[in-house]
Amino acid sequence: MSKKDFDVIVVGAGPAGMAAAYVLAKAGVDVIVIERGKFPGSKNVMGGIFYRKPMDDLIPEFYKEAPIERHIVEQRMWLMDDVSHFSMGIKTQKHNSEPYNCFSVLRAQFDKWFSKKVVEAGALLINETVVTEPIVENGKVVGVRTDRPQGDLYADCVIAADGVQSFLAKSLGLRKKITPNKVALGVKEIIGLSEEQVNDRFGIKDSKEGVTIEITGPFLKGMEGMAWMYTNKNSVSIGIGVIIDDLINHNMNPNDLLESLKNHPSVLPLIEGGETREYLAHVIPEGGYKSVPRMYADGFMVAGDAAMLVDSVHREGSNLAVESGKLAAKTYLEARESGDFSEKTLSRYQEKLEETYVLQDLRYYKNLPELLEEKRYLLTEYPQFLIDAMTEIYTVDGVPKPEKFRKIKGELKSRFGYIGLAKDLYTIWRKLR
Amino acid sequence: MHFLVFIKQVPDAAQVRVDYETGTLIREGVPAIINPFDKHAIEAAVRLKNQFGGKVSVVCMGPPMAEDALKEAMSMGADKAFLLSDRIFAGSDTLATSYALWAAAKQIIKEEGPVDVFFAGKQAIDGDTAQTGPGIATRFNVPLITYVVDIKNVDPEKKTLELVRLLESGQEVIQTTMPCFLTVEEELNTLSYAPLPYLIRAAKTSVKVLNSKNTEIEAEYCGLKNSPTKVRKAFTPPKRERGEMIEGDSVDGIINQLYEKIEPVLKTMGKVQ
Amino acid sequence: MIKQDISKYKHVWVFIEHENGEVARVSFELLTKARELAKDLGCEVHAFTVGDKVEQFADEVFKYGAKKFFVIEDPFLKDYITEPYRDAIVHLIEKHKPEVVLIGATTLGRDLAGTIATVLQTGLTADTTALDIDPKTKNLLMTRPTFGGNLMATIFCPDNRPQMSTSRPGVYKAIEEPAKGQVVKEEFEFDKSKYTKQIIEKIIEEGEKVNLGFYDIVVSGGFGMGSKENMKLIQELADVLGGTWAASRKAVQAGWAPQTRQVGQTGQTVHPKIYIACGISGAIQHQAGMKSSEVIIAINKDPDAPIFEIATYGIMGDVIEVLPKMTQMFKEKLGKA
Repeated sequence: MSKKDFDVIVVGAGPAGMAAAYVLAKAGVDVIVIERGKFPGSKNVMGGIFYRKPMDDLIPEFYKEAPIERHIVEQRMWLMDDVSHFSMGIKTQKHNSEPYNCFSVLRAQFDKWFSKKVVEAGALLINETVVTEPIVENGKVVGVRTDRPQGDLYADCVIAADGVQSFLAKSLGLRKKITPNKVALGVKEIIGLSEEQVNDRFGIKDSKEGVTIEITGPFLKGMEGMAWMYTNKNSVSIGIGVIIDDLINHNMNPNDLLESLKNHPSVLPLIEGGETREYLAHVIPEGGYKSVPRMYADGFMVAGDAAMLVDSVHREGSNLAVESGKLAAKTYLEARESGDFSEKTLSRYQEKLEETYVLQDLRYYKNLPELLEEKRYLLTEYPQFLIDAMTEIYTVDGVPKPEKFRKIKGELKSRFGYIGLAKDLYTIWRKLR
Repeated sequence: MHFLVFIKQVPDAAQVRVDYETGTLIREGVPAIINPFDKHAIEAAVRLKNQFGGKVSVVCMGPPMAEDALKEAMSMGADKAFLLSDRIFAGSDTLATSYALWAAAKQIIKEEGPVDVFFAGKQAIDGDTAQTGPGIATRFNVPLITYVVDIKNVDPEKKTLELVRLLESGQEVIQTTMPCFLTVEEELNTLSYAPLPYLIRAAKTSVKVLNSKNTEIEAEYCGLKNSPTKVRKAFTPPKRERGEMIEGDSVDGIINQLYEKIEPVLKTMGKVQ
Repeated sequence: MIKQDISKYKHVWVFIEHENGEVARVSFELLTKARELAKDLGCEVHAFTVGDKVEQFADEVFKYGAKKFFVIEDPFLKDYITEPYRDAIVHLIEKHKPEVVLIGATTLGRDLAGTIATVLQTGLTADTTALDIDPKTKNLLMTRPTFGGNLMATIFCPDNRPQMSTSRPGVYKAIEEPAKGQVVKEEFEFDKSKYTKQIIEKIIEEGEKVNLGFYDIVVSGGFGMGSKENMKLIQELADVLGGTWAASRKAVQAGWAPQTRQVGQTGQTVHPKIYIACGISGAIQHQAGMKSSEVIIAINKDPDAPIFEIATYGIMGDVIEVLPKMTQMFKEKLGKA
């Protein structure tokens, strides 16, 4: 190798990159993190839920000092059409005591705090600098080129945590082209309310406790996607993410969708009178296991969104990012023992991920994206049936209950047919097996 | 040559909003930035250093978080950064502030050597006073050149340089000896996209903290108690209500209506008899 | 802080700013305001200045009510240079001990006031827009905008004298009230070797460099002007109104106007009596530079332009159509046709 400025270059100061840098710095590795935003978190977007477990392993009891908004004690799931919603959910005191389950966070604050910990651990952080390409010598990644004057940097290993658009992974040919049926466009607003308003409207006693609502159903007009509301301390994050292909085919604009969501009769009372503080948009990888690329090359590893590590069924991402960043760092530390940063040695990284929930979860749902692509009606017709059935059951109109149930059964048969229903159930069972 | 730049960290004024109910500013969530004029002062100093050699020191008075501003100044090419931070400065007006910065600068000169050119922005966008720079210059008893838009003919041997100043009626070119004190306008230069080594050095270099213990700053000239000016009250100006849309069938008619509405104002200015 | 016997200080002083043998209008405005303050304080209004031939301003100064006019005349003071002007003025103030010193918040005034106050070790309040006397304590209450006009602060200087303020031009109306005044000539011995700064060139022209804050009418053009050529339309209107023209950041970035004419957060802040925003949408950054104007007139095609939220008068229309007609009609109304 010609030159070496650092042991490791981490590209991107999101949860994946910072987890990697934190582990490396703690182990005494000379590591630099390059972030394109004004500061870590300034360009980072997610729904707003941060999971505890992997972060807690990294920085024990981080929630005691990190700027978190609320810990989540209740998670609601809504099936929604244009005039109704059918609600399920879980509220448990098991999530209301340390070490908690997950938190609502504002990324601008949380990531800034995380980056401070990373810098304290000994990593160098460079902001407002864009990595434009990897520097490859003899087929091996030896550094990165940035958009700054005198902007080349050399290292033993580059960890790309540069987000869903990962130019690094793409330019090394690791990533397949993202097709618009494998990514969602998410738009989100942070709506300011008073702490009391948030508490009252979401049925919260203590301002430290929070609620999430995840929304799907016919209100999405057959498009694959999900909407969400998360309570922050004195604001509510409300957003919606829809597969880009569906937006195009339905000629829909995500901003209009968000507006109609905000004005839905079930949603409006929760946010009414609030002031929009921030508007954010982001691309979410939804391809699942099948879109996860080879995550290593000579002198190179990919982590987080850049490796398409998002569990779209459970709306998890930040935890997968932290876990993958950690494992990339650990793989580097092992490789350092032998001084061998070849593709072969770094392939252990992906093996490690296969051994954890990260890739096991994604693998479990691996056929789901295709299934939903083939059978879009699963997203509308069954939820609509449920909403209609519940409405029927709860409507007191003098119709005897046995007759109501007969009617519902009739509807089920006429809408899906028993054979169709059996087929759908079988398909779902088979795809998830 | 040694250049010393005085900078201030300010809330981004464009993002500060007013709470008309309480009559206060909403500063929550408003990012802290380097005063925009000061950035051009840093840029000018770094350019002179690159042309004539030497170093750029930068000093900022403020709370510990002002370290961010100093780090940014180093990312722009400053070599040494000093944070002047002490509780005794709380509530200082411009006279007390210029005292503290002057005393800190004397300490910096002790450590880093004599200064050839002092720099500051023409004013800070939060206070808008344009008094602290002139105050420091006066205490050093060096020539003060305000509203600088160009620096020319720097002669490091003879220790002279020429400055173009912006006036209401035009410009003037001033020749002065060094050391001197410049307060600069934004149009002095366009900010460069700093080279990566500057950023790396900034990330690696720590900011030195100056306070009443490691300088010869005397508490009896600092803080609210020792500031001649005090704030009696702060209030928000009346909210600007949406005014009146002037409508009509013809453009001429609309302009006529407008003229009638503003005629009294034009009269007070002596524009109409 | 230096302790002073403040009872020894008396009278309200106004600095007479001059350039090329002409007194700046703000000095007369401040003399007028000073008469009010002097009445409340039970003292006199005095004027003061330094320069080469400045006694000639006495008649004008007395016309605005000054009872005394303190001057130091010296050919060395022919052009304004900060340090000799400062030293001469400090000499006058230390000798005669005024209670209040008012200076126009012009480029010159703001250059000068800060350095004088530092030598005198007294308080100075910048760019004030209101001056009052506290009826109880007889302290001067100085009110000024901060945070780009978002907040007003009333400042006072209880224990130091003189109480100094630079005051924004155009806030007070200059009204004559002739008094019989007396010129007091003082001497000051300059150690000329001390001053190492000199003016080597003065470019007095209504060229591209301009201090927009100096004008009480500003006609400003934005991206809606459409082209550099169209910027002539705002210049013509400004000429008819005896004001100056300015531009928004977008228009400057498009190359239609020099940066020196930019109004807004990264440009100049203006507070004219009348601000005419032509084809300017009115982003918050632009508003920061002009929203404390007394009257805002907005002309814009877009009914949702934020500028209408703060405009005193709005005209929904195409600037290209409205401006020439406005210029023509105002020309007739103002008797300039």
